Amino acid sequence: MKKTFTALVAAAMTLTTAPAFAELVVPNLSYRTGPYAANGIPYADGFNDYFTLLNERDGGIGGEMVRVPECETAYNTEKGVECYESTKGDGALAYNPLSTGITYQLIPKVTADGHVLYTPGYGRTSAANGKVFEWVFNYPANYWDGASIIEQYLMGKAGGSLEGKKIALVYHNSAYGKEPIRTLQELAKRDGFELELLPVDHPGQEQKSQWLQVRRSKPDFVIMYGWGVMNQVAIQEAVNIRFPMENFVGIWWSGSENDVRSAGDKADGYTTVSFHGTGMDFPVYGDIQKYVIDAGKAAGAGDEVGTMLYSRGMYAAMIISEAIRKAQEIHGHSAVTPAEVRDGFEQLDLTEARLNELGLPNFAQPIQATCADHGGPGSGLMYKWNAADGKWDAASDWISADSSVIDPLIAEDSAAFAKENNIAERCN
Amino acid sequence: MPDIVLYAAEVTLNGLMAGVLYALVALGFVLIFKASGIFNYAQGVLALFAALTLVGIQKGQVPFAHLLNAMTGKHYTNFPWEVPALVAILLAAGVMVVLAIIIEKLVLKHLVNQAPIILFMATIGMAYFLEGFGDVMWGSDIKTLDVGLPQGINETIDSVTYNMFGYGFFIDNLDIVAAVVAVLLVAALTVFSQYSKQGRALRAVADDHQAALSVGISLRFIWILVWSIAGFVALVAGIMWGSKSGVQFSLSLIALKALPVLMLGGFTSIPGAIVGGLIIGVGEKLFELLIGAPFLGGATENWFAYVLALVFLVFRPQGLFGEKIIERV
Repeated sequence: MKKTFTALVAAAMTLTTAPAFAELVVPNLSYRTGPYAANGIPYADGFNDYFTLLNERDGGIGGEMVRVPECETAYNTEKGVECYESTKGDGALAYNPLSTGITYQLIPKVTADGHVLYTPGYGRTSAANGKVFEWVFNYPANYWDGASIIEQYLMGKAGGSLEGKKIALVYHNSAYGKEPIRTLQELAKRDGFELELLPVDHPGQEQKSQWLQVRRSKPDFVIMYGWGVMNQVAIQEAVNIRFPMENFVGIWWSGSENDVRSAGDKADGYTTVSFHGTGMDFPVYGDIQKYVIDAGKAAGAGDEVGTMLYSRGMYAAMIISEAIRKAQEIHGHSAVTPAEVRDGFEQLDLTEARLNELGLPNFAQPIQATCADHGGPGSGLMYKWNAADGKWDAASDWISADSSVIDPLIAEDSAAFAKENNIAERCN
Repeated sequence: MPDIVLYAAEVTLNGLMAGVLYALVALGFVLIFKASGIFNYAQGVLALFAALTLVGIQKGQVPFAHLLNAMTGKHYTNFPWEVPALVAILLAAGVMVVLAIIIEKLVLKHLVNQAPIILFMATIGMAYFLEGFGDVMWGSDIKTLDVGLPQGINETIDSVTYNMFGYGFFIDNLDIVAAVVAVLLVAALTVFSQYSKQGRALRAVADDHQAALSVGISLRFIWILVWSIAGFVALVAGIMWGSKSGVQFSLSLIALKALPVLMLGGFTSIPGAIVGGLIIGVGEKLFELLIGAPFLGGATENWFAYVLALVFLVFRPQGLFGEKIIERV
């Protein structure tokens, strides 16, 4: 009896002193239902499939298997917060909720709880300032970078100057959609173009007023910051008023195959910016086919592989896995904690050589993160929709955002956040 | 003519067209409320389900493919055929009739004589169930709906107005088709309710359930009939809205556009739904042009539609064409 009791106590002590989980947990706060499901599904599938690939091909990361518990947010902020609360005690290492609304709610929570929030291309733009946002990372590019990249692309199209031109911004009337306004206003002042603002209310199924306005005011270019059904309706309305598609450019959240297909052939030439490559011309997809899809372990039907949003979900998973790998390297053990993963994010050195090793040559720009720089290179590629072939064709080389405009805005916004929340700057 | 007058005229015409589209959604609500006193929360989802079914049939999609694939390990997606648009529309209408029968048998039959709030809650349940069921049955990817409806600027109106005013008006061909379809639909519904036996029975039930029952009208048949008609109206609305944006789950949110129309036009009047739709369509678009965009930063249409409806509600609570409720003690 005494022996049994001692054995039980010893077993209990072993359980409590050993690492809580012999696996790496990366929750996937996804949305496969609701009005934005069509966008949430390929992103979530790309995210899951990449971790499945690592598990099946490499035995996880550094010998530790990765578990990706999925929690349905339906793109609803309250549900997103519930998902965070219900998964954070499960050894979660990093969160990627694919929602700016959820991100804003989670920033104070992850800061208090010590979890990494990774928001590539979305979320709070000024989180790029690591001096203020210790637990949030949004490399390789943010909304303001996107606006600057698009402006430079349009400037090239306009022959090197936007002086006297008119640009209309058709945007989702939400915190996300309003993000580029300040940047574009600064750029308009500097480069001498006129900026016209055209908000569209959620969900964006009815946009007749906005596009009649575009027809009347005849802007030279239209930039779109939309999401979900707003994108498809805007592209259809632009087709209807015969706005030239090649002068209509969307941010990366307005540039998926979903957005252009419903307008048919007439969407040909619609342009978007992306912070990663797309299409099947990357060796990693051969491995995904072999180890994930053919093995019957794909998160979806496998028909979204290589599409824009699948690639983006895969990109997010790749960055998180590389940050975990870096954390393992820094701390010398494989079962890393959330705080150690944060170190991995902050010291991430993703080189072109490493991207080659991962089967992703020229898929993205290298990242050299630092304590202060959580925002990355801020560059993007332009893609044009090829309706005949049903694919995105590269329309530019990598374009870098104008940091002389973006950096002061980030410094200003993050300083205001630090003051409101009594945060002392780090990295000094 | 000053530019602003021309723009206002163009916006008014487009507002009328948008109003017809709102009215198409509102009609479904009115039909069910008139016959059964139920505010059908599921009407927007019915439009979504009808459009999903139409595209699924037309493209030869295998229903429940994800489920079948998960259970069998196969990879079913499509049958080796496609169905012509008209046949697909008829088949989709047939599915909506079957759905109406199932709703009556599984839900409504068991809730006879329950308070309206119970029936309303039942429709909330149906809405969420149908949304999930549609997802499982047809998948949640965005589907392109092409039944051959014309889209884009109407060249004739553009050139005629250009010759007259020096400014060509934009009217979308799809909106013109929607207006014609709405007129035909209302005419057909009016003829049906005035001159057919079932239509008269429907009106009798709408007037007084108890009296209708006492003369031998089957309430259950009438409910199936009215839900079938509402399903067909939802199919028409789904086709029109789905042609603009593709068929996707946000299509169910078009119900939001019908609410101010119902508040304004009344819950029991088919002409009310049409007139209400037109007033809301024109009102919100003119407000956006003249006040919203220049002074308030734009995006005023969603909330202004409700302001307009509230103003009407204050002066005429039963709506423009609604029946005045008189209760005597």
